[in-house]
Amino acid sequence: MLFSIFIIWQTTYAQTQKASKIKVVNFDQLEPYLHKNNDTLYLVNFWATWCGPCVKELPAIKKTEEKYAHRKFKVLLVSLDMPKELNTRLAPFVQSKNISSDVFLLNDPNQNRWIDLVDPTWSGEIPFTLIYGKHFRESYPQSFTFEKLDSIINLKLKLQ
Amino acid sequence: MKSFIVIFCLSFLALSSAFSQGYNVGDKATGFNLKNTDGKFVSLSDYPDAKGFTVIFTCNHCPYAQAYQDRIIELDKKYKAKGYPVIAISSNDPEIVPEDSYDNMVLRAKEKKYTFPYLFDETQDVCRKYGATRTPQVFLLEKKGSDLILQYTGAIDDNSQDASKVTAPYLTNAIDALLAGITPEPSFTKAIGCGIKLKDAK
Repeated sequence: MLFSIFIIWQTTYAQTQKASKIKVVNFDQLEPYLHKNNDTLYLVNFWATWCGPCVKELPAIKKTEEKYAHRKFKVLLVSLDMPKELNTRLAPFVQSKNISSDVFLLNDPNQNRWIDLVDPTWSGEIPFTLIYGKHFRESYPQSFTFEKLDSIINLKLKLQ
Repeated sequence: MKSFIVIFCLSFLALSSAFSQGYNVGDKATGFNLKNTDGKFVSLSDYPDAKGFTVIFTCNHCPYAQAYQDRIIELDKKYKAKGYPVIAISSNDPEIVPEDSYDNMVLRAKEKKYTFPYLFDETQDVCRKYGATRTPQVFLLEKKGSDLILQYTGAIDDNSQDASKVTAPYLTNAIDALLAGITPEPSFTKAIGCGIKLKDAK
């Protein structure tokens, strides 16, 4: 009996821990993360749990992140899931996929304003990925395979 | 040499039209003839009295499209009488998204009691021609003589999450402007949406 209570408590605790990793932000709070100016290479991926091609590329992003874990390379996943589905859909998804990157939930309905501020060439379709460093900034309106992403990151880290 | 340059220019022109991104505001749009959820085919020429059309690329499965279902019904109810009926089109490949199959479209139209046609763009020719890439995405067409002119394209409004918090109803503003004989401003907006699933994009 005590043991099962412990298990339930542990599972609940683990879930809260994971869920609390997701930070809910508006665009003004997100924007500084799109313009860091230091010697780290940043990958910012806009995605959602309901977006098939986004979900499909997450393992490629995770594998790349793990491969370059010892380098100055940082991944930020910006979810465009509905804010009301944070605890019912996004948090359980992040936990079940064992996502260890930082995850933000962008809760800012005025998309027509901020899509252009992320990148004027972006139409609003996801997935959409920004890869930037001190001297360059590139956008990728596509779904990555590991091979493709690995070759880009490998090259960019050399340029950093 | 001259003919070489001519051929080069011509092939460049051909290429750029092949890669064109669909209609821009001010362009003439073409009509279509697509199957509705009642089994009948619908064409824009079936509406001789309409002043124009709100063509909306949408679908069953996308949460953003779902968030707008009720708003689209309201829009049709309000503006059909004023000459701007809604024509909804689903272009997703059901092999990629089974929820967007024709049979499921029929179910959704019944469940939600759609007051407008919900057409299946099975060949995806219409979404390619219009340059629709996501759902929901609006193409507001105005009849000018025998032409259909694109007057506004983009989002329905500025709050997909909550209809009561909309501050800029882009689409209804644009229709109201056309009804008043004014050019819509803005005529182009962006929004997050689900990418339309094309057959060759596996």
